[in-house]
Amino acid sequence: MMRLVVVLAVLMGVSGIPDVTISPPTASADTSAHPNSIPETADESEQIKARTEEGAEEDVMATGELNPNHYPARRAAQVVQHYLNTRYGSPFRLIGVQTVHSGNAEDVADSGRKYQLELSVNDIITNTTQTCSAELFFPKGKGQQPPEVKASLEELLKIDIKAQEEALYQKYKTNQTLMSAQYLPDSHGHIEPDMKPFWHLGILASSFIMLNESTENTLYNVAQVANITQLTTEEDHLEFDCHTLLHEVVSQEIIHWKMLFTWSPAEGVKVVQMKRLPHRHEREKSPKTN
Amino acid sequence: MQSCTVLVSVTVIQMVAQSTVIRVNVKSEEQIHLLQALETAQEWEVDFWLDPVSTELPVDIRVPRFSLIPVKEHLTFHNIPFTVMIENVQELLDKEKAEMEANQMKERSTRSLNFGAYHDLNTIYSWMDTLVADYPNLITKQHIGVSYENRPMYVLKFSTGGYNRPAIWVDTGIHAREWVTQATGVWTANKIATDYGTDASLTSLLNTMDLYMLIVANPDGYVFSHTNDRMWRKTRSVNPGYACRGVDPNRNWDAGFGGPGASSYPCSDSYHGPSANSEIEVKNVVNLIQSHGNFKAFISVHSYSQLLMYPYGYVCSSANHQAELHSVGRAAAQKLTSLYGTAYQVGSICNIIYQASGGSIDWSYNSGIKYSFAFELRDTGRYGFILPADQIIPTASETWLALKHIMEYVRDHPY
Repeated sequence: MMRLVVVLAVLMGVSGIPDVTISPPTASADTSAHPNSIPETADESEQIKARTEEGAEEDVMATGELNPNHYPARRAAQVVQHYLNTRYGSPFRLIGVQTVHSGNAEDVADSGRKYQLELSVNDIITNTTQTCSAELFFPKGKGQQPPEVKASLEELLKIDIKAQEEALYQKYKTNQTLMSAQYLPDSHGHIEPDMKPFWHLGILASSFIMLNESTENTLYNVAQVANITQLTTEEDHLEFDCHTLLHEVVSQEIIHWKMLFTWSPAEGVKVVQMKRLPHRHEREKSPKTN
Repeated sequence: MQSCTVLVSVTVIQMVAQSTVIRVNVKSEEQIHLLQALETAQEWEVDFWLDPVSTELPVDIRVPRFSLIPVKEHLTFHNIPFTVMIENVQELLDKEKAEMEANQMKERSTRSLNFGAYHDLNTIYSWMDTLVADYPNLITKQHIGVSYENRPMYVLKFSTGGYNRPAIWVDTGIHAREWVTQATGVWTANKIATDYGTDASLTSLLNTMDLYMLIVANPDGYVFSHTNDRMWRKTRSVNPGYACRGVDPNRNWDAGFGGPGASSYPCSDSYHGPSANSEIEVKNVVNLIQSHGNFKAFISVHSYSQLLMYPYGYVCSSANHQAELHSVGRAAAQKLTSLYGTAYQVGSICNIIYQASGGSIDWSYNSGIKYSFAFELRDTGRYGFILPADQIIPTASETWLALKHIMEYVRDHPY
């Protein structure tokens, strides 16, 4: 069983470059803005037919019964995925959302919004599926507060991965040289089979960040593990330094994070330090003079 | 051993390394006997490529380098004239091997391009030329303008004739990092070329409609994603006053331009640009579509997320033809899923993924092109933009079923 242990980001400011907020001023994905131009109205009957088929328009944050194919439910499901990976993930167990069956959202006084979801998740490595019920709470208010998630897995945990985990742990606990790998996968999507567990570890460590950073207006995936390097440690776990690229779908940004994390079969993944790296352009912030 | 000049077997090649082949024109029976005796002379290790059988036929002898001088002296001593046929067998073999490889590579670069791999811009552009050369009665390459960095932009036009026939537009690669889309464009163009004439439905379609394919809609970005930054999305235009380059070409169209779901910050990956159609890559397409005037469908291909979407993105209210578009989209997605079980969601952009202004299919739809669709291909985030190359052909194959369905529907519902 893994526990979510995250030490808040340590500011390791390098020559005065401060941590900056992720999003430059982009328009909110909140759909309460009015359209610039309104298309001609179609036949009443055709419109009504379209609405009942597609579900109600989502002018404001969707509330009540959610259309499982629309983005509010799918974004919430993704948060559940990240949570499940922080809790149950392993180099040999990676969870993905397969289908959202149904969902419900409601405002909770002034404190935030609560979601209920019924979904199917699968163990990507063995391609085994199970259903899952989840509850989420996205807090409102100033300052980035992470969502709270309640969800559990039973079926998928029955798949025995202990032997593989032990073998991986022993191999890298006792190897002569520390491992280090770059670009997992590479530009062409290729990854060496014996590097896959480290790709998975990079994804798991990133899941803590993705969970922390998620809101109703984001959808995170790991775009690539740029670098994962084993560090020496006397303790009963493996220790890694890792640089991953996250893809945030709504803004389409690629966000770089550096992490220090540990892993052992007994403890699972624990993120010790995490730091968002400035975007390439933020390092070249001074305007060019023509 | 008898042979012509080419030896292909590896063991033989090893044997003949550093050998010379000499030719003797025998004049007498005596000379024939002498040469036959030569073969049994173990220490010289010669072997005959043309055996000494009669005075009518030449005798070719392969002589290893170490025994060349003694053999030559032996022949001279017995007044047997000879000429050197092959100075150095190994050299000849090396040359032929190189030639064969060059031929193979040339063949690969024509219709045998490896569709299951990602290729750079030059390779794709060269291949386009060979495709056009192979199917001159079906395909022409049109130069529709240049990119910001002055690279040519090419559209492949599939047409069996007529004048300004109703047409279908497909673009791939408008976002540089979505490599599976350019690769899908390449595979699809080849598929159409090879299936025309054998696939009844496709053939009937191309007998009444034209198809325009823009495989690399953002050439500058594509090159940059190969040379500098695999995750590059935008164009490479300069933004005055900022070190950040590029505009999101799918926020730059004239449909709700500058509205929600696009950024006004040049460093953002969804920067809409200073004005609609500010990006020359977008303007080139707009010009073509407008001057043609007879497009009936407009399909834009992106990755990733496994979605098939229709307008609108810039607003969340329904398009006029929402019901029909949803129905066509759903049927197309079902065809896609039928191949490998890949699941797709269908809906309007604004409902399915996010509100986004300035998108291409919103513009095309508002321009009167009713059948406007956007694909987001494989996968759903595990590999994301860096989809393994071995998924290119499965992705393109399943997508083709959906594309074909849409195109057939367009053919059967003229307006």
